[in-house]
Amino acid sequence: MSLLADFTDKPIKHNPVFVLALGLCPTLAVTTTVRNGVAMAAATTAVLVCANLLVSLLRRWIPNPIRIACYIVIIAGFVTMVEIVMKAVAPPAVNEALGIFVPLIVVNCMILGRAEAFASRHGPGPSLMDGLGIGVGFLLALLAISLVREVLGAGTLWGYRLTPITAGGVTLLPQVEPITVLGMAPGAFLVIGLLFALFRWIGRRRRESARASAVPAVPQVAGDFQDETRRGSGGGGTGGSPASEFRRGGSTGWQAASGTQRSSEGA
Amino acid sequence: MDVGYAELAIGSILISNLVLAKFLGLCPFFGVSRRTRDAVGMGLAVIFVMSLASAVTALIYRHLLLPTTPDHTNLLGALGLPVPEGGYVLVLKTISYILVIAVLVQFVEMVLRKTAPALYRALGIYLPLITTNCAVMGMALLNTEAWRDPAGGLPVHLATFNGFCGGVGFLVAMLLMSGIRERLAERPVPKAFRNLPIAFISGGLTALAFMGFANLFGITV
Repeated sequence: MSLLADFTDKPIKHNPVFVLALGLCPTLAVTTTVRNGVAMAAATTAVLVCANLLVSLLRRWIPNPIRIACYIVIIAGFVTMVEIVMKAVAPPAVNEALGIFVPLIVVNCMILGRAEAFASRHGPGPSLMDGLGIGVGFLLALLAISLVREVLGAGTLWGYRLTPITAGGVTLLPQVEPITVLGMAPGAFLVIGLLFALFRWIGRRRRESARASAVPAVPQVAGDFQDETRRGSGGGGTGGSPASEFRRGGSTGWQAASGTQRSSEGA
Repeated sequence: MDVGYAELAIGSILISNLVLAKFLGLCPFFGVSRRTRDAVGMGLAVIFVMSLASAVTALIYRHLLLPTTPDHTNLLGALGLPVPEGGYVLVLKTISYILVIAVLVQFVEMVLRKTAPALYRALGIYLPLITTNCAVMGMALLNTEAWRDPAGGLPVHLATFNGFCGGVGFLVAMLLMSGIRERLAERPVPKAFRNLPIAFISGGLTALAFMGFANLFGITV
């Protein structure tokens, strides 16, 4: 697989939030405004890319039985760096809003999951692209959620108040009456639930239309991800751990759990 | 420092429930809440680990990370080792907490396997998953933030109790969610909403109900 494909199949087909259901805590907690969402995605992507790269470079020297502990230490190191950088460069309001969710990047299942499922079995190049791809997918998901929540929940966009726009008697943008609850905890759950359903509905429609036009069927999302891990364990060889070993890592446990959930739904 | 046990309990279980108000521990909340049995097992395991982790991280924060103040002494400083002016809070907090939690989970797993096989069989499979449960790490961070006491977060006994209550709050949320999902499994849910999306929406409605606890007994958390 080419380097470009390592990147391009990640943001949509393997979207960390809407397909793999990973990294949900920051997704819901910091998406009150678009600015917070972008800051969180940037911080997470920075850690993800660096951790993927270092794990991939060290994959021949990390002993298999303690690999999860090694990954955690590597990730924690990068999270500390990102924390210090964020304190220095991000606006105080953003730092205030992200709060404990910056140090909590260390327990984001997404990062440990990619280290275990991808970076430990691939070279630095593909691992870098994988980290970038998943990071962009995370950014897209956070953008979608925070856009809905900020515009409808607070009536602002990137902190600026939205005012009605009329041009030649036609209302281009109506007055947005803020739905305050969308900015609070219940709103976060509702918005992600609706967007998740929308994402799936579009995915199913595309699969069906692909099947109808007699093109070789696009594989199901869940099955596709399992294929990738199988290919990874077969191709990389260094990790050499069979897919059944996935339950050992915490995050990959979740991955496996959500994987079975999806496959049990069937087509 | 006039925060009491009752205030912490009501605050952590009902008003600012870890899952439903603070968005911590969502992976297990959605991943292990399909059957009530699993939800209870996970909840109990979290209570256990979260209490222990809160106690240990509060100790580490006060006696290893913070610089020496009239309230508490930095043990490294007492041993004559250099301690920077702001202590080691900024550079070592995240790493030390995650390592402590990972080691603690392994340790609890080993102890349970040797001493309480029945309990281990019930909780064992949930324990490894707790290392990456952000509720445990989140609780440790919340307890040791400059929260109410700028000098050094909650004192150790209150931090431990708050960890326990946070775990109970997690169990309550898991129980509610698993009850809802067991019933949802038998309902004709639209195809696109099956499983996770409808679970998110049910979680949202539960969170909406929990917002009613705000300002209960005049407690603000």
